[in-house]
Amino acid sequence: MKAVIIGGTTGMGRAIARQLAERGDAVFLLGREEDDLRRSAEDLTARHPKRAPAGHALCDLERPEGFAAALDAADAALGDFDAVIVTAGLFATQDALEADVELARRLVTVNYANTVVFCEHARKRLLARGGGRLAVFSSVAGDRGRKPVAIYGSSKAGLSVYLEALDHKFHAQGLSVLCVKPGFVKTGMTAGLKPPPFAGEPEQVARDVVRAMDRRRPMLYTPGMWALVMLVIRWLPRFVMRKINF
Amino acid sequence: MDPRTTPTLTGWGRLPAPGVERLSEDLERITRGAVLTRGLGRSYGDSSLPAKGDDLVVGSRMADRILGFDPATGVLRAEAGFSLFELNRLFMPHGWFSPVTPGTKFVTLGGMVASDVHGKNHHVEGCFGAHVRSLRMRLADDSIVECGPEQETELFHATLGGMGLTGHILEVEFVLARIPTRWIHMESERVGSIDEFLAALGRAAPAFPMTMGWIDCLHRGRAMGRGILMAGRWAEASEAGERGPRDPRPLVMPVDLPNLAINDLTVAAFNTLFYWKHLRRRATTLIAPDPFFYPLDAILQWNRVYGPRGFTQYQCVIPRAAGAPAVREFMDLLTKLGGASPLCVIKDCGPEGKGLLSFPLEGTSIAVDMAVSAEIQRIVDRLNEFVIAAGGRIYLTKDRFTRPEHFRAMEPRLERFLAAREKYDPHRRLRSGQSVRLLGDVV
Repeated sequence: MKAVIIGGTTGMGRAIARQLAERGDAVFLLGREEDDLRRSAEDLTARHPKRAPAGHALCDLERPEGFAAALDAADAALGDFDAVIVTAGLFATQDALEADVELARRLVTVNYANTVVFCEHARKRLLARGGGRLAVFSSVAGDRGRKPVAIYGSSKAGLSVYLEALDHKFHAQGLSVLCVKPGFVKTGMTAGLKPPPFAGEPEQVARDVVRAMDRRRPMLYTPGMWALVMLVIRWLPRFVMRKINF
Repeated sequence: MDPRTTPTLTGWGRLPAPGVERLSEDLERITRGAVLTRGLGRSYGDSSLPAKGDDLVVGSRMADRILGFDPATGVLRAEAGFSLFELNRLFMPHGWFSPVTPGTKFVTLGGMVASDVHGKNHHVEGCFGAHVRSLRMRLADDSIVECGPEQETELFHATLGGMGLTGHILEVEFVLARIPTRWIHMESERVGSIDEFLAALGRAAPAFPMTMGWIDCLHRGRAMGRGILMAGRWAEASEAGERGPRDPRPLVMPVDLPNLAINDLTVAAFNTLFYWKHLRRRATTLIAPDPFFYPLDAILQWNRVYGPRGFTQYQCVIPRAAGAPAVREFMDLLTKLGGASPLCVIKDCGPEGKGLLSFPLEGTSIAVDMAVSAEIQRIVDRLNEFVIAAGGRIYLTKDRFTRPEHFRAMEPRLERFLAAREKYDPHRRLRSGQSVRLLGDVV
């Protein structure tokens, strides 16, 4: 694979970038901070010393005007990438989002509108070269309207529907779209929250994601237990959802 | 606060203290204003725990990037949360190994510096700090400095073995060692008593770069201190062949055993089996690094065998000057006091290093796990009194029960450490449960 990752300097994105680099795939990092990108690229390079050094370029999901240039840089460095992975996004608790509507606007814009725009840029390039792989991090929070993730979950619900439709529309043309729905994973994003049962580790999620990409799967719950958990949640009647705080 | 719902942190010995970890990949950001940084929490006692009243400590483990590696020189620079586990996984297949490794691979580079860890090769290579070229640190006044053997040396030497009390370690640069294969040539020997043991360790030290021994520390009388000596060196390609060892598949200790699972009877049974499992008096084997360096890492969360009461480790070093009789007397006292576990390890240490509070000094180090009981304070006090009289000292990384007056009595270097602390952290903003206990820091 020749993969571009946005969000690959931290958390699950970092773990995916490392696993790809260690098995010999070429990786190009996109992110918001030059120094952070440089350090992560150095880390990836050291993990597979025989490969060319990992490249990087600035790209901020809050600034869609920079998407095309960032993907151009990735194309130039990798020589036409064939995989794009999006793990970047914003997260905030429901309390924080309710207290600050501007934050809510930013989060919904980044997680839904701008991520869709980024994916449109990416999938056009991939389709032009006969297809490829697009893996995007949505969330189990998008599976059902739930009290603690009303706003964050709605942004991911929109994203999940978009990704599902992309798969339907372009699968025959060789584009594999993977919608990743992680449950609770112990990363910097969730540090400080109390981990529920079945909380996952980033390395485990990364293994699942890389395998699902290799097998061109359209959807992935990870850790796997969350498929079952969300199946139950999706079927809970409304009067129960009104009562519980999950 | 309700103790049932208050979050707690523990060291490896599982005695809890109220507190939570602040975690992020951005260690530089989260150490600003913080009082303490911990790594993977493998120190046994309270050195990585917040003092009473401080409830937040920084956890470095998400800051785990390699920042550069030069295959020509073996110089590696990485963020402080990079673990020895990852180091081994990534670099051993390419013929590189940590110059010094402690008895577990689940430690961070930052922790290895703060404890100035030693290993089976201490008599040849010294502590980990002897191989460190540079540290990037956040100091108590929030400034960031680089220190090393030729730069800010006072800070550097106070930080080696300084238990994180001189500043937050952000990055570590050190030199990896070249290894010829991924196998160890080990010679082991069944040894009948403590005197024989000391003689055997003395014989093995010049011949082998790595030595250590396991002692049955329940046995008294003539066979007191019987055990198994293990000496090793990296095998040459001609001895080991091309193939590397299989990746270790650790088991997990899934539950806490009851408090009484480790008792004199079960320990005696284990010790007898373990001793006689080594049927031949001498054996030579080719062994993988993992079972050689990290036998206990084969069972994740093995600390649960001691049950919810928790445990501690007593590790001290008796100086060579005190002679073999002092070690024999120590073993006599230890076996008499009881409370011992299957895990008792003896090791020859080489000369003292540069770290102002580093543990090793030329002599014999003995480490023994002990379940926490009503007797534990008395046992540790008695052992400490003996060690003070012998001119030895204890390993802070293992300690939870030493009294401040005992610690002062065994640490002639303490004044220099405190002077460095006075210079870099005059208000003693950086502190841990251990520093409050032993150095009288105030929250």
